[in-house]
Amino acid sequence: MKLYGKTWKFGNDVDTDAIIPARYLSTSDPAELAKHCMEDADPSFPQKVQPGDIIVAGKNFGCGSSREHAPIAIKAAGVGAVIAASFARIFYRNAINIGLPIFESPEAAEAIQEGDVVQLDPATGTVHNVSRGETYQATPFPEFMRKLMEAGGLMAYVAERVKKGGA
Amino acid sequence: MHALEKILAKASGQREVRPGDIVTVAVDVAGINDLYLQVLQSFREIGTPRVWDPSKVVFFLDHYAPAPTIKSAANQKEMREFAESQGIGGVFDVNTGVCHQVLMEAGLSRPGSVVVITDSHTTTHGALGAFGTGVGATDLAAILATGKTWMLVPEVLAFRIEGTLPHGVTAKDVILHIIGKLGADVATYKAVEYLGETVQAMPLSERMVLCNMAVEMGAKTAYIQPDTAVLEYVRSRAGEFEVFETDAGYRYAAEYIFDVGNLEPQVAIPHSIDNVVPVKAGGRKRIHQGLIGTCTGGRLEDIAVAASILAGKKVAPGTRLLIIPASTEVLMQAIDKGYIQTLLAAGATLSTPGCGPCLGTHLGVLAPGEACVTASSRNFPGRMGSTEAEVYVASPATVAASALAGYLCDPREWLSSTTFGEVKENGWDS
Repeated sequence: MKLYGKTWKFGNDVDTDAIIPARYLSTSDPAELAKHCMEDADPSFPQKVQPGDIIVAGKNFGCGSSREHAPIAIKAAGVGAVIAASFARIFYRNAINIGLPIFESPEAAEAIQEGDVVQLDPATGTVHNVSRGETYQATPFPEFMRKLMEAGGLMAYVAERVKKGGA
Repeated sequence: MHALEKILAKASGQREVRPGDIVTVAVDVAGINDLYLQVLQSFREIGTPRVWDPSKVVFFLDHYAPAPTIKSAANQKEMREFAESQGIGGVFDVNTGVCHQVLMEAGLSRPGSVVVITDSHTTTHGALGAFGTGVGATDLAAILATGKTWMLVPEVLAFRIEGTLPHGVTAKDVILHIIGKLGADVATYKAVEYLGETVQAMPLSERMVLCNMAVEMGAKTAYIQPDTAVLEYVRSRAGEFEVFETDAGYRYAAEYIFDVGNLEPQVAIPHSIDNVVPVKAGGRKRIHQGLIGTCTGGRLEDIAVAASILAGKKVAPGTRLLIIPASTEVLMQAIDKGYIQTLLAAGATLSTPGCGPCLGTHLGVLAPGEACVTASSRNFPGRMGSTEAEVYVASPATVAASALAGYLCDPREWLSSTTFGEVKENGWDS
């Protein structure tokens, strides 16, 4: 399945406090978290983001805390995927676990301008900039992570294995 | 192999692992804090009725200690009930302190073990020779169900630190200096090991600061080879453990060398942790609040330094100084030694052990336009309250000196050469 959407651009080192401030962490309701998505980076973001839009950011996206609320807030806000020059480790892991598509590509992060429309192919990692007629390649996922994603995320993967009696 | 690789090899039942391998490791400690009710929801969704081993699961009610809202109180209540229903005895409730400190005090942070907690600062446990790493809710739920998790074996970066730290300069200044030089993402997906004579001379409390802050440069885990003093501490609290050592001739992915013999006190200025300057270069920045506390800067030694600087003096008018011991054990020791009495007499505000206002939820959040100097670890916009507040991250000594002066201040201006050393020694010896 390909993803297609308009982009919103952010800078380097977007931290998890900017993605979902700690004052909202006592809830784990995705819809409630979505109302505050990226609020401390751009207070109008929760209002203006449209389903399928794509976040584009610089290096170290999602740095800071281990809160899984961060990718959940982004996904629940309707964001289709995040493209970044690089991701902080725990965010990367959490995003894969909950099924938020992420694309690591310094080239795409640099070239895409806010408002560009992009088409993404999670299977191949290609990022096509429809507005500019350019194509960029994201770092491919290791095979194990592709299996996780194909299984529908970590929960589905573990549930399947538990059912089979293994772990 | 590196000691960290040996830990992962043992935990995954393999003779050898290499950086880049993806292995399934058995977890020795699975910790859940009170931000993560999602763990229990995800665990139920997986559909396993019982956790894999209740003796290896711990809860920490520390981020909202004690509960400031009905919602957080309800979350904590649900965690307590879950623990009871699953036979999990390890509930560190709101009367104990910050997860990383209390885990160590309880003897559950051990050399050679795999410690996984829903908290990014789990890298702290590398100071005890453990493989400690932070995860999110889904990963932890999967561990509750199976006792295992997947890990990409990380490359290891070596940070060799040489030189005798000048008077008034501490591990916090060293790590801020390193992050300032190398950036907040230099260790992303990687492990870091701290080596060298400066590190070898550090007590456990200072080693914990280095490992704690490793995550601020993106590290998956951190490591310092435990010395005799660290092992004695662990033996006094823990059961059995195994110490691993790195093979001679191990090739690090990269090696960085720092000479800290002339290092000055450092501060990370708004709004990123790698925006580091010497405190003296920060100007006479007006400070409204100081915080000594958290898993980074709330240990006995940190409170001792503050007491030595503030003894017989007063916090500046218009400035607040919050003292939040990392644990109740630390608080009790600080009371015993008279530090708390000294600090309260100087006008400090004492709060209950826990994470406090580090993440901007309660117990001293910042108003728009305020500036805070803190012994904690992060200064992202909005981290400690308003996005229009400023957070300066520095050593506990710098925080105390700045609270006294009312502006960002080099602690060496307030430290006599004798008091600082004496107080530190006191703290380390206890």
